[in-house]
Amino acid sequence: MADRVETRPLVMAMRLRNHRAIWPLLALIVILIVDGIISPGFFNIRIVEGRLFGNLIDIFYRAVPTALVALGMAVVIGTRGIDLSVGSIIAISGAVIAWRIHEGDPHFVILLLSLGAAILCGMWNGLLVAGLGIQPIIATLILMVSGRGVGLLINLLYGGTDPSFESALLQGLSTGHVWLIPTRLILAALIFVALWLLIRHTALGLFIEAVGGNAAAAQLAGVNARLITFVAYAVCGLCAGWAGVILTADTHTSDPVSVALYIELDAILAVVIGGGSLAGGRIYLGMTVIGALVIQALTTSILISGLPPEYNLVVKAVVVLFVLLLQSDDARNALARPFRRAVR
Amino acid sequence: MNRKYLPLVATMVVFLALFAVGGMMYRNFLSTLVLGHILADNAFIIIAAIGATFVILSGGIDLSIGSMIGFIGVCMAVLDRAGWHPLAAAAVLLCFGILFGAMQGFVIDFCDIQPFIVTLAGLFLLRGASFMVTLDSIPIRHEFVEAFATTRIPLPGRGFLTSSAIVMLASLAVAVFIAHFTRFGVNVYALGGDRESARLMGVPIRRTTVSIYALAGFYSALAGVIYALYTSSGYPLAGTSSELTAIAAVVLGGTLLTGGVGMVAGTLFGGMILGLISTLIIFHGSLNSAWIMIASGMLLFAFIVMHRFLVSSFDLRGNA
Repeated sequence: MADRVETRPLVMAMRLRNHRAIWPLLALIVILIVDGIISPGFFNIRIVEGRLFGNLIDIFYRAVPTALVALGMAVVIGTRGIDLSVGSIIAISGAVIAWRIHEGDPHFVILLLSLGAAILCGMWNGLLVAGLGIQPIIATLILMVSGRGVGLLINLLYGGTDPSFESALLQGLSTGHVWLIPTRLILAALIFVALWLLIRHTALGLFIEAVGGNAAAAQLAGVNARLITFVAYAVCGLCAGWAGVILTADTHTSDPVSVALYIELDAILAVVIGGGSLAGGRIYLGMTVIGALVIQALTTSILISGLPPEYNLVVKAVVVLFVLLLQSDDARNALARPFRRAVR
Repeated sequence: MNRKYLPLVATMVVFLALFAVGGMMYRNFLSTLVLGHILADNAFIIIAAIGATFVILSGGIDLSIGSMIGFIGVCMAVLDRAGWHPLAAAAVLLCFGILFGAMQGFVIDFCDIQPFIVTLAGLFLLRGASFMVTLDSIPIRHEFVEAFATTRIPLPGRGFLTSSAIVMLASLAVAVFIAHFTRFGVNVYALGGDRESARLMGVPIRRTTVSIYALAGFYSALAGVIYALYTSSGYPLAGTSSELTAIAAVVLGGTLLTGGVGMVAGTLFGGMILGLISTLIIFHGSLNSAWIMIASGMLLFAFIVMHRFLVSSFDLRGNA
């Protein structure tokens, strides 16, 4: 009896160590603690001009676009796919907003048009992957290569000299706030919950994971693998489109060449840090959000630490590699081996 | 005809057709002068793409190419300012490229992390490192650069091969030799075809993986050296997203991203097709980068769909 009581914390520690959530969460906590040490007022949250204000809020606020894109990416990666074109989709949805505002459409309609354009882009990817059976990485490379060009052409539709705009509705959705809380956080939370319900409380999630695990087996088991894959890319397009609305409204302009550059890489990283495997078959939505938060917390902490911004990428690379090494069983064992011998 | 050569022939036909279209649209387009310029302008991207071909043949991917080009460039420039001869700097930096690539290959194999993620970290690391070296564009003023730029072999007609094109063709010849006439080359194809069968047949997986990425590192470092000499400067943002251009060149060259199928020689034509598109659009006089992007995308699309129906092996190795 006494024996069992003694070993229980150890067993719990072992179980905790093997839980997939532990390493990314640990990384996030360590980053935040380091931040707290470097900058004493880091955890302060105060109310300025009727909204919450502080570094922690800022991390959430800035992580929203990446997190949204990463959620869509997690669904696509669940089908054993990948979507490289999310940056281009963001560029296109932003260009559509600027174009329709110059044409004078009602702003609510513009929002729908922009999201519709993003879903269309996602459906195009889905068509290539599910319909024609092209490898996801090449299929989405096509839109990635040409999408920003399409955005530039949309800008040319109204002359393209001045793509900036003002819109109370869209800017409210992006940079506004409701009862102290930034609107984009509330909306992102709603999207997360909706997606979570869709994936975990309908059969869709099961089907997606089945297709990602083994498409041929899923097909034989009666899952319409092509349709499921198609839907996954459309969902990813929608998520990227929403990120596009937020980013475009934030900067008040459409800049297809440089908006959300490298966001596809950050989003894929977020999914992988969250424990998702590019080999498909698994969707971890909550962990993906934590992955996006880790990336943003890292960027923010480099900014407040006073390191020159050119160190940003290097630190990011090192931390990401470190988190991934910790997740890899082989590497963890190799790292732990010298210590284990010492204990013996 | 051997079915294996079908994608290569298709790529060459597309290249010749595009070239002929250019010849019909513009006078003086069908000349060795234009050809020589396309070779010179795209030499660095084709060199990088040759390295990427090996990685893709083995079923992996290398995203660190563009950052490597930028990093090697700024290092060349900084070493030049410190009084190094460009060739000495190039030798050191090529060794660095091999080492960095080998390191990536080791992490991929040892930790069993997807190549996509490891080389993505490599992309961030090298781009960040080039920002740390310098934030400015630095000229390379050594007289060797001048000599490099003016050395050229005349071709029949008015054209000529610049030294960067010569380096590119030489490295292509070496790559073709490695891919088709060495044991390592056979191992690369075996690894890409089916990793597990390759292991069971006694292919040394770890050594081969490390060597493949080391080779890719060498080729992207060489691309960086050529780019620095060609532009006679080092700029930390140089080569941004050229990894995608390189991958597109490999795909256009008839290599499947699933690995195991393709030829190194095809990459030359894949890269030339991309160069030809931008040349055609520049000849057209509307210097609009939007159209270059869209045309490349459309061609990529047409080509992939064509492949999909031309090469039946795709069916065996597609999604399922």
